[in-house]
Amino acid sequence: MLLGRTANGLYWMNRYIERAENMARLVDAGLRMALTRSQNAAEEWTSVVVSAGVDVAFANRHDEYSAATVSDFLIRDTANPSSAMSSMETARMNARMVRTALTRETWESINEAWMSLKRTLAKPIDARDLPAVLDTIKRETALIRGAFYGTMLRNEIFDFAQIGTYVERADNTARILDVKYYVLLPSISWVGSSLDNYQWESILRSVAAHRSYRWVYDAEYKPTNIADYLILNPRMPRSLTFCYRFIVEHLGFRAAEYGQRLPCHDLAEDMLAKLRAGSIKDIFDTGLHEFLDAFIASNHRFGEQIAKDYRFY
Amino acid sequence: MAVQGSSRLVAFDEMKPAEAGLRKPYSAYDRWLQDQDPARLTEKMQDAERVFRKTGITFAVYGEVEAAERLIPFDIVPRIISGSEWRRLTQGIEQRVQALNAFLDDIYHRQEILKAGRVPKELIAGNEAFLPEMIGVKPPAGVYTHIIGVDIVRTGEDEFYVLEDNARTPSGVSYMLENRETMMQLFPELFQQVKVRPVENYPQLLRQSLAATRPEGVKGTPTIAVLTPGSYNSAYFEHAFLADQMGVELVEGTDLRVVDGHVAMRTTEGYKRIDVLYRRVDDAFLDPLTFRADSALGVAGIMDVYRAGNITIANAPGTGIADDKAIYSYMPEIIEFYTGRKAMLENIRTWRCSEPDSLAYVLEHLGDLVVKEVHGSGGYGMLVGPAASKKEREAFAAKLKAKPSNYIAQPTLSLSTCPILTEKGLAPRHVDLRPFVLVSDRIQIVPGGLTRVALKEGSLVVNSSQGGGTKDTWVLDD
Repeated sequence: MLLGRTANGLYWMNRYIERAENMARLVDAGLRMALTRSQNAAEEWTSVVVSAGVDVAFANRHDEYSAATVSDFLIRDTANPSSAMSSMETARMNARMVRTALTRETWESINEAWMSLKRTLAKPIDARDLPAVLDTIKRETALIRGAFYGTMLRNEIFDFAQIGTYVERADNTARILDVKYYVLLPSISWVGSSLDNYQWESILRSVAAHRSYRWVYDAEYKPTNIADYLILNPRMPRSLTFCYRFIVEHLGFRAAEYGQRLPCHDLAEDMLAKLRAGSIKDIFDTGLHEFLDAFIASNHRFGEQIAKDYRFY
Repeated sequence: MAVQGSSRLVAFDEMKPAEAGLRKPYSAYDRWLQDQDPARLTEKMQDAERVFRKTGITFAVYGEVEAAERLIPFDIVPRIISGSEWRRLTQGIEQRVQALNAFLDDIYHRQEILKAGRVPKELIAGNEAFLPEMIGVKPPAGVYTHIIGVDIVRTGEDEFYVLEDNARTPSGVSYMLENRETMMQLFPELFQQVKVRPVENYPQLLRQSLAATRPEGVKGTPTIAVLTPGSYNSAYFEHAFLADQMGVELVEGTDLRVVDGHVAMRTTEGYKRIDVLYRRVDDAFLDPLTFRADSALGVAGIMDVYRAGNITIANAPGTGIADDKAIYSYMPEIIEFYTGRKAMLENIRTWRCSEPDSLAYVLEHLGDLVVKEVHGSGGYGMLVGPAASKKEREAFAAKLKAKPSNYIAQPTLSLSTCPILTEKGLAPRHVDLRPFVLVSDRIQIVPGGLTRVALKEGSLVVNSSQGGGTKDTWVLDD
C-alpha cells in the first residue's frame, strides 16, 4: 500500500539526488577540459551549461562562460532550480514529505547531505576549493545511495524511487551525448586530432566512465565505441540501455505485485526493445542527434505516463 | 501552557529543595552525576544537539522565515518522578479524563450538567469550540478524546495542579520519545544504574488504542492513517514520526476523498478505505463542506461519513469545548458531577472575568495575576501581571473591560524547578509536565511525559515557541 503522493515524492527525491550528482560530474568534466586546454575554455563551459539543460536561465544571469560563473550557477545558485544545491534542497523536501517511507539511515543521509552542502556552499566557491566541493557532492550522494541500497526493503517504495533515478540518469546521459554528438560523428574532417581525444575523454569523464571504457573496449578512444558504451552497453550503469533495463525490471515487480499492466509498462518495454535491437551503426546511419532527440522526448513521455498510471497526483 | 508570572518566592526544587537537601528520587542519579567530568557533560550536550539536527527533529515557528526549522533545546539533566508520585498523578489524571469524556458525551446529547445548573448554559451555546454539528452524534466506541495531554505543574512536595487539559490535538509526544532515545544513546550506563520505566511502547499503545475505537462495522485489523496539514506545519516532524512508529500511512487532505460512503486515500493501486483517522488538523479545517469552506487541509464530506458511523476521527470533532479555559474553571464541578467524587488533582484557582465580582478583583490585582484569553494557546495573548510594565497592564485592563468574558485570571504560582546544565554548572529552572493519556475501552498513561523547561533564569515561560526547552522525564520503577 503506497500513497500516490508518496510514490511521486520518492520518484522526485531520487531524480533530484541523481541530478545533484550529475551537476557535479558535469562541472568536473568541464574543469578537466579547462585545465588541460588553455584555449576555448569558454566553448567548453558553454557546452557544460547546455548539457545541464539550463542554457537559457544561465544566459539571463551571466554574460561570461567561465569556471567561476558556470560552477556557481550549476552548483551553488539557488535561483537555478537544477543546481546541485537546489536539487539537494528539493530532494530533501521530498524526502521529508515521504519520510515515513524511508529508513532512518536513508533519511539521515539525505538530511546530512543537505546540511553539508548548505555549509559548504554558504559562501561563493573559491576556485582552489572547487575540486573539493565537487568531491563533497559526489561523496554525499554516494552515501545516500549506500544507505538506500543497504537498508531499504525491496518493495514498491524502492521501485518508484529507483525508477526516478534511472529516468533522470537516462535523460542526463542522453543530453551529454546530444550536446557533443558532432564530436562523435565519423565524417568530420578533424577526426583523430588530439582535440578529439580531449573531447571524447570529457564525455566519458562526465559520466564517470573514462576508466571503465578501457576495460570494455580498446585502449584507443573511438567515437562509435564511446557512443555504443553510453547508449547500448547493458552493463555500463549510466547507459540508456542499462537505465531502461532497470526501469522495466522495477515496473515488472509492480505489475506482478499489483497484478496490473499499465500503459507505462508498454512504453518502457518498447523503449528497451528498441535499444536492445539497435546497433550503433544503425543509430549513426539514421542520425545520432535525431536518435537522441527522440529518446529524450520518449523518456519524458514515460515520466508523464508513470505519474498518470500510478496516480502520483 | 505553563505561564504563571515570575518567581518571586523561592520555588520548590525537585532535586534539592532549599530546606531538605537531596530528594530521594534523585539519589541514584546524583551518585552518577558526582562521578562525571563536567567537560564531558558539556560535550554530551553538544552531541545531543547534533543528534537532533541529524534526525531532523525540528519544529517550524510561524512568521519566522530565518529560523524556518529550529530545534527545541534539549537539556540532558532528567526530570525524575518517583513511582509513588506517579501513581498518585495517574489516578488523578484518569479520573479527570473519564470526566472529560463523560462531559463531552453529555454536552452533545442530554446536557444534564446544564439542566442541573452546574455549568452555565451560555458558556456552551456561545462557545466557538462547541460544534452544533456534533449534537446527537455517537462517536465510534463512544470515545471523544482518544489522546489527551494534561498539563501539570508542581509547587511543593505534595502540591500538584492541573494547568490545562489539551483535549484537541495535543502535541509533544514525539519529544518524549526522542528525548528518551537521545538520553539512552548519550548515557547508556546511566540506565543500568537507575531503573527507569520505559516509554518507547507509546506508538504501539497508540495504535492499539486507536484500533480499539474503530467503527463497529470494521472486522479485523482496521486501516489507520495520520492526517497532517503538511510538511510546512510546525508539528510535521511529530506527525511523520508517529505515523512511522505506528506503521500507518501519513496522509494529507489532497490524498483523501469520500468514495462510496467511506473516506479513502489515493494509492498507487487506486483508492483504499480508511477506518480510523488520527487527525492533526483543527476542527475548522476538517471538512470544507461543514466547516471552513476555504480549507484545503481536510476532506470534503468526511463529516457525513462520520455521522454515518463509517470512520473514527481521533480526537472527535468538538472536543475543544472540554479544554476551553472558561470550562476549565468548572472542572472541579464537572469531575464531581460525573464521577461522584471530589477531584483528586486540583485546579488552579481561576477567576472568570465574565463574573462582575471576579472582574473587579482581577482589575484590582492585575499586578499579581496571570490573565489569559479563554481561547488562546501557546502563551500568546496573555498578561503576566508581575512581569508586565504599568503601561502594559493599563492597556490590558482596557481590553479586559471591553470584553470580560474573553478572559480568565489565575494567581502567579511558583512553579517547581529542576536543574539544567548551564555553562556554569547545574542551575535550577522552572518546569511543567505533560503526560499523555490514551483512551479507548480503557485509559492508559505511559509512565513519563513531556517536561518543558524555561531556559532563562527566573522565567516561567516554558513554551517552545517562546524559548522553552525540554527534558527527558523519568518515572522510577520503585
